[in-house]
Amino acid sequence: MSNYAYIALIPLLPLVSFLILGLFGRRYFNSLSGVLGTLSLLGSTILSAYAAFQYFFVDGKTNGIYKQFIALKYHWLQFSPQVSIDMSALIDPISVMMILLVSFISLMVHIFSLGYMKGEERFATYYAFLSLFSFSMLGLVLSGNIFQIYIFWELVGLSSYLLIGFYFERPSAVAAAKKAFIVTRFADLGFLIGILLLAFHAETLDFTILIQRLTTNTPQLSSLTRTSFLGISMLGWGLSLVFIGGAGKSAMFPLHIWLPDAMEGPTPVSALIHAATMVVAGVYLVARLFPVFALSGPSVLQLVMYVGAFSALLASIIACTQTDIKRVLAYSTMSQIGYMMFALGVSGFIGESRLGYTASMFHLFTHAFFKSLLFLCTGAVIHMIHSNEIKDMGGLRKIMPLTHICFLIACLAISGIPPFSGFFSKEEILLAAFHKNKMIFATGLITSGLTAFYMFRLYFLIFWRKTCHATPHSEGTISMKMPLLILSVFAIISGFVPFGRFISADGANLDSTVHLIFSIGPVAIALFGLSAAAALYKKENDRAARIAGFLGNFYKSAYDKFYVDEFYIFITKKIMYNLIGRPAAWFDKHIVDGLMNGLASVTSFFSELIKRFQSGRIQLYALYFFGGVGALVLIFIYLWK
Amino acid sequence: MIGIPLTHVLLVSTALFFIGTYGLFTRRNMITMLMAIELILNSVNINFIAFNRYLYPDKLNGVFFTLFIITIAAAEAAIAIAIIINLYRSHQSIDVQDAEEMKY
Repeated sequence: MSNYAYIALIPLLPLVSFLILGLFGRRYFNSLSGVLGTLSLLGSTILSAYAAFQYFFVDGKTNGIYKQFIALKYHWLQFSPQVSIDMSALIDPISVMMILLVSFISLMVHIFSLGYMKGEERFATYYAFLSLFSFSMLGLVLSGNIFQIYIFWELVGLSSYLLIGFYFERPSAVAAAKKAFIVTRFADLGFLIGILLLAFHAETLDFTILIQRLTTNTPQLSSLTRTSFLGISMLGWGLSLVFIGGAGKSAMFPLHIWLPDAMEGPTPVSALIHAATMVVAGVYLVARLFPVFALSGPSVLQLVMYVGAFSALLASIIACTQTDIKRVLAYSTMSQIGYMMFALGVSGFIGESRLGYTASMFHLFTHAFFKSLLFLCTGAVIHMIHSNEIKDMGGLRKIMPLTHICFLIACLAISGIPPFSGFFSKEEILLAAFHKNKMIFATGLITSGLTAFYMFRLYFLIFWRKTCHATPHSEGTISMKMPLLILSVFAIISGFVPFGRFISADGANLDSTVHLIFSIGPVAIALFGLSAAAALYKKENDRAARIAGFLGNFYKSAYDKFYVDEFYIFITKKIMYNLIGRPAAWFDKHIVDGLMNGLASVTSFFSELIKRFQSGRIQLYALYFFGGVGALVLIFIYLWK
Repeated sequence: MIGIPLTHVLLVSTALFFIGTYGLFTRRNMITMLMAIELILNSVNINFIAFNRYLYPDKLNGVFFTLFIITIAAAEAAIAIAIIINLYRSHQSIDVQDAEEMKY
């Protein structure tokens, strides 16, 4: 096994750039900081590409199986001989795939931001935050220790918070940042408890050992399955809680409410964090622990499957009704992550049933390209129009030809039209679902049609409908166009990667072929969605409004996001506030404060009584003194025995 | 000299002490109060000397104490007069009742 020590540099380069830009950037080289951040990411990307090449093509395989190994390890906190928190770099197919993906998308976003954020006053701060995010995300995917992944998990949450609230002078951005932070923190509480449960019983925090102990017949596994709480075994609790953490980050129902609001951040940030990388961390986490889920906790995997499928369907219905383009994309992201989740849920660990796992990772891979492309195109549109609302757009295909083409490519890819990349990954997911659970398959199929519908609704509303009007400025700088072009190329070709050969649940080769007969159904449904969108939105007409009126309350509740936010507000404001907050406030005001005030008033009462002694007359003081001495003398003479 | 009993001497010193105390508490003039304090100190001096003379005539401990107290009284007088002068400068008076600001 050759040396992989350089892999440490991949996350550390952005860390260095974060430190330099964060400490000195704004004061000394504000306008140069973008270039500096981009260069450090370029370094990371090159190293990642080299690592991927070395792992996948040179020496990753032994006996036809891609191995999992620790490239680097640094003991950080040693609790006991077995349990320690290490900083390590775990190399296996998914982590190598992820570092390549994360650094590449991050690089594209860095380049795009050079144009998009130009002239921003806090330009250096923006790049510092981007670097911090890249560092944390790369550290997250390389984590070889479940506690290390938790640390980086929180770091990506923090950088997401900072970037959502980047325009902190806007109250809505501040509220969105807080919401994202609180919701994901709430989910991370579950994650932490899950980690502690698993680690307590498995007696290790190390992924490799943890997975090995929890998938084979060991005392640790039986201790987890023997003890139970509320009728569910500890293993079930641990895995479910870890999944809740993942669901919070990945915006799965019912913890998805932060993602649409997170679109308050700058659009390139949405492309990087809330489309391609951070939000798939939950999928990555489940995939990382997949052997445990598949071999020891199939019921939790069922939960993953149902949550994923339900989120996918729900989000795609909501996405059809939204009018803010970034929110449509946010719900679309949620829906696609739902796809990845249920693909993991339907997967098994052996033979043909492994397809779901591969398909999930494949979709993660292709989705990153076309979704970040969509977001960057949206960024270009917003940069031009200065509005997020669909009604302000229309007929842009003449003014923004390049963006138009790129957006079209991404829409075709996400809708699953062959030969674009989304087709291949979606086919695999649907195929895996078809073999496992027909209901999930049907949900996936409907979602697929809805996806095509809402994406092309967006496409036609932005680029067709009206006739264009003249604009004062052009489409964008070269630094904004280049990432669009590169990502479009990847959105087209990334589907042709023979993914099963590189990534599968157990590392062995999984041949995936496109089943032409099977593909007819999904593609037909996607085309149906596409043409429906074309019929409704290509020209200005009132058909869409008529359909909305026909659907009535259902349309309205979808438009209002099925009142999930209102439900949370009801829970927090009405129930928690009235049942816990108010009694606690009463207790604080009357008991705690009362105790302190009582102490103070007693003291002040007595001091009022005795303050007259301090009259300012020296002779009186001397008299008191003399009286005191006299009293002491009397005591000594008559009472001291 | 030895014919005078110890109690007589103690009576003198006690009288001196209470005269001094009375002066300290009743006089408003600070210089008078200083003089009263000197009286109290001197009554103590007399006590020391008397006990030394009558109880341990071959020793000199009491005499040494007295010498110390005289020295201290001198220093104390210097400080007290400095205080009085300062008081006079700030209040144009050396009456203690004119300096009552330091109260609750």
